[in-house]
Amino acid sequence: MRLIQKLGDWFDLRLQLGAPIRETARHPVPRETASWFYVFGSAALTCFMLQIVTGILLALIYVPSAGEAWNSLQTLNHGISLGWFMRAMHGWGSNFMVAIVLIHMVQVFLFGAYKFPRELTWIVGVLLLLITLGMAFTGQIMRFDQDAYWGLGIGASIASRVPVIGPWAVNLMLGGPIIAGATLSRFFALHVFVVPGLLIAFVGLHLLMVLKLGINEWPMPGRIVRRATYMQEYHELTHRQGVPFVPNAVWKDIFFSGFILVAIAVCAVHFGPFGPSGQPDPTIIQTAPRPDFFFLWLYALLSFLPPSAETPILLIGPAIGIIVLLALPFVAGEGEKSWKRRPIALLTILLVAVALGTLTHLAEHAPWSPVMDAWSSQPIPAEFLQGRTALERHGALVFQAKQCHNCHSLNDKGGQRGPALDTVALRLTEDQLIRQVIQGGGNMPAYGKNISPAETTALVTFLKTLHPANQKPARNASQAMALGASEVSPR
Amino acid sequence: MSVENGMSRRAALVKLGMFLNSVVAVVLAVPIVRYLLSPVTRGRKIGYESWLSLGGLEQFPAGQTRLATYRNSLVNIWDGETGNIACWVRRVDDQTFQVFAINCAHLGCPVRWFPQSSLFMCPCHGGAYYQDGSRASGPPERGLFQYRYKIEDGKLLIKAGEMPTPGQPVANNSGGKTTCA
Repeated sequence: MRLIQKLGDWFDLRLQLGAPIRETARHPVPRETASWFYVFGSAALTCFMLQIVTGILLALIYVPSAGEAWNSLQTLNHGISLGWFMRAMHGWGSNFMVAIVLIHMVQVFLFGAYKFPRELTWIVGVLLLLITLGMAFTGQIMRFDQDAYWGLGIGASIASRVPVIGPWAVNLMLGGPIIAGATLSRFFALHVFVVPGLLIAFVGLHLLMVLKLGINEWPMPGRIVRRATYMQEYHELTHRQGVPFVPNAVWKDIFFSGFILVAIAVCAVHFGPFGPSGQPDPTIIQTAPRPDFFFLWLYALLSFLPPSAETPILLIGPAIGIIVLLALPFVAGEGEKSWKRRPIALLTILLVAVALGTLTHLAEHAPWSPVMDAWSSQPIPAEFLQGRTALERHGALVFQAKQCHNCHSLNDKGGQRGPALDTVALRLTEDQLIRQVIQGGGNMPAYGKNISPAETTALVTFLKTLHPANQKPARNASQAMALGASEVSPR
Repeated sequence: MSVENGMSRRAALVKLGMFLNSVVAVVLAVPIVRYLLSPVTRGRKIGYESWLSLGGLEQFPAGQTRLATYRNSLVNIWDGETGNIACWVRRVDDQTFQVFAINCAHLGCPVRWFPQSSLFMCPCHGGAYYQDGSRASGPPERGLFQYRYKIEDGKLLIKAGEMPTPGQPVANNSGGKTTCA
């Protein structure tokens, strides 16, 4: 033990770090902040450190070349001992990191921690969120598979919509005219050097400010933040009733970080690594690209925006969102901190959470995408065919052969791009059905040129059978009046 | 050492040193920026597009739409398969073609051709196009991107080399046949 003490003294005499470290560790924090609500920032840092370690381990094998990256991922998954586990840890670590950063942000927002004097800490935090999302997006590119390839295509298509400089932005983003080797190389440089460098720098700044300004005190309803008095009040909270950060508060951080690491490892073992999906060969077009979990909401949003509003919303929306986040501490830098007295803040969080959750949930089903193989892989349920005439069954055949099933479901089978047709005969009369098939409209292509009159007759005859047995199909009441009852055959 | 105007000789030297370093920084920034912008300047000066062969005309029966692939003209060895690009070739009649980019005009996903219903459908956000490439439904704002083409020695050539995007839908975007050979 004396040897260790001596060694320690030898180093401390030269480094002079012992005293400042002890002072930092024992700095007083408000008593109530030694809470399980205050563990998310340190957990995000733990995730980041895990990402650095697993990222370096993956870089030992990974080849950042468009021609070889996919093969090197296969080698990692199957050829290297526990390579799959390292990939799984890095992938799940990324998901956990984004999630924890978001939770941390919500907690900070609801506890009013962005108010005076911590405005800059919040702003750096917003930048850290953007940088973390940047890591997640560039990391998805590193998994250079079909999703990464077409994801880059989507990124380029969005970038190209920027007025004036759009085409240049695409060349700059792709490193050339197409998605190829130069694209992966530059995203590799971003993912491994540029963005992590920014992350380390901003995390350092963020932590420095947390230490210098002190951790946000537990918000009490009625305790108002005022610029003139806050510093004095906080000083009293920490120095009169405060507790030392180590050990009173830090043990919860340590436990939670450990729990998160275990959770990541469990997910990694249970669910395994993410992909890679198919080879990044752009001539293989039998693919339905999907973004990673944290960008699913964006994927859903992009399918719902009306075409005319899409470009302005895509380009201006994110800028507005970021400006709102950055401006928040200047708009609401003083006043009530407790979420119990800030109903609009609480509602904002709920609204954003419900919106993102709904969009993400929708994106997992992607009802707006045609089911590309429904016409050949999902048969029409038997109950729609039993007891039907030959013409009606022929219509069912047309329904499959013309890929109607790709967009319209029967008995919840098939696409959901268009309305389900289980009871379409209740909604549309024969004439309306014919018109809809031939002319399209309401976001349906017109089939007039692609379907013969005989096929149309068969299809519409089949569609007219799609109604519950105890409900009569829709009919044109005025037709009977106009043509005379005798000419309208009862159906 | 007298101090005039509140500035000593050493403080002035520090300022001079900082000025010299800023000049050096600007001089160094020029090559760095030009290096970074090379994908843009290259595209502006020389252009990325050239005439590429899709193969003999006999591969494309009249009245049908077929998938064709070509190797991009500007590729490196390490580009691997990403240098291969697909496109849809519709032969309208003997001498008339339409060559559509594989990329959906919405956000660039690969569209698929369904001959039975004569529609192109996109798997991403549900864009659909008629056989002539015009927009049928879904989020795209326009029809499919078309390459310019010409016929030489019984081969179909297209002017290609750059990924078409909504902001840059292939040079001289209208597609169509080029008469000058």
